Amino acid sequence: MEPQPELPARLARDLDGSFTELVGTYQRLVFGLALRVVADRADAEEVAQDTFARAYWALAGYPAERVAAMRLRPWLARIALNLARNRLRRRPPPARPLEDGDGQPLAVAAPAAAEPAQVAERHSDRELLAELLAGLPRGQREAVVLRHVEGLAYAEAAQVLGRPVGTVKTHAHRGVRQLRVELEARKDKEEMPR
Amino acid sequence: MSAIDNTDGGWRELAEDLRGLRADPPATLRPAVLERVGLADALMTVHGPAGPLLVAYNGRGISATAPGADEAGFAERFQARFGRPLRPAGQPPARLAAQVERALTPGRRGAGPRYDLRGTSEFERAVLAKAREIPRGQVRPYAWVAGELGRPAAVRAVGAALGRNPVPVLIPCHRVVGSDGRLTGYAWGVGYKRALLAAEGADPDELERLGRRGTRFFGSDTTRIYCYPTCAHARRVTDRHLMTFTGAAQAAAAGYRPCRVCRPPALTG
Repeated sequence: MEPQPELPARLARDLDGSFTELVGTYQRLVFGLALRVVADRADAEEVAQDTFARAYWALAGYPAERVAAMRLRPWLARIALNLARNRLRRRPPPARPLEDGDGQPLAVAAPAAAEPAQVAERHSDRELLAELLAGLPRGQREAVVLRHVEGLAYAEAAQVLGRPVGTVKTHAHRGVRQLRVELEARKDKEEMPR
Repeated sequence: MSAIDNTDGGWRELAEDLRGLRADPPATLRPAVLERVGLADALMTVHGPAGPLLVAYNGRGISATAPGADEAGFAERFQARFGRPLRPAGQPPARLAAQVERALTPGRRGAGPRYDLRGTSEFERAVLAKAREIPRGQVRPYAWVAGELGRPAAVRAVGAALGRNPVPVLIPCHRVVGSDGRLTGYAWGVGYKRALLAAEGADPDELERLGRRGTRFFGSDTTRIYCYPTCAHARRVTDRHLMTFTGAAQAAAAGYRPCRVCRPPALTG
């Protein structure tokens, strides 16, 4: 399941020599998770930085056997999630509650190859989905992000969230169902006769 | 829960769209993390007392300094010595910049920067800590540092440790001189050491003259205390009351005691 099964052993032998690889391997997960919680790229980058800094100092303090036996993905995801939640708690509520808050548009895959209109549409679909996801209740949102956006197994997601697997499954299912209901509603509105 | 059965086409499309929400981390994330934990360093230039000063730093503190403006040369020497990359910082952290400025500006109080002294030995760090105790505008001999560390015979080792100071100017190894006042040895040349001391308000030429005449300590015939010549207490003594000594033995024989601030040796020296 882990993308780099040998990495914990390497970190245990030589933390400084292998830590760059840890950041490279997990930065997408850590940043992505933070972004879906705090909904702001600058905040998410700070949360991601804090996550890796915490991880470094924790690893530096653990005995080698403990590091070698670590499951890095759920561990890092859990640190990121906690830091992101803390940041959200400290922040005043946003003016527009359903804002995705990405600030600048996210990169769209191969934009040059597609028709401009198509790109715009795809882009706005993506934004819409991000917006709807951000509007889900926290438990559902976190479960959907971990399972369906970041692709963790239910068991791993449950470990990250500190909840039973069944609860996480329920949350993820309800979240997805809610997203589909809202997407259908939008589509129906668009397809109404003019 | 049948509505989200993963066999239905609508779900498959949504699942794909959700995976498409994975965001790419900004390119700045990895270098920022590595700098923060001290596996890479950033570079800034500040106004030093004797011209521009290149300063390397990471999340643990300031890791290296060098005079001048040759960023590429500095980065190369840094990489060779510490084995870490050094890249120019877009915008140095405001707090650190303020701390460096405070450390370099006379009369400014407040916390100085932290230092990242990995790669130095315990003895070297002790020597550097002693050098930091020497106030701006003052100097102490190598033998003073050795004596303060309880290793009076380790004068040469003190010199070697100061020569390996990774953060010269900020950790003022230039304030340590020969017992005879000569500005012996400096990684960037004795001329630069002289310029630094002069910029800080010490008078290196006068110190060398005193040394040549054999003067090691100043005393006051009113307090009957003797000091290193640059000690703030020695400089308050008026000419009429100023005594000079060639060593601690001479001062002791005259009934003088060592200053408790600059702590010259008590008997031999």
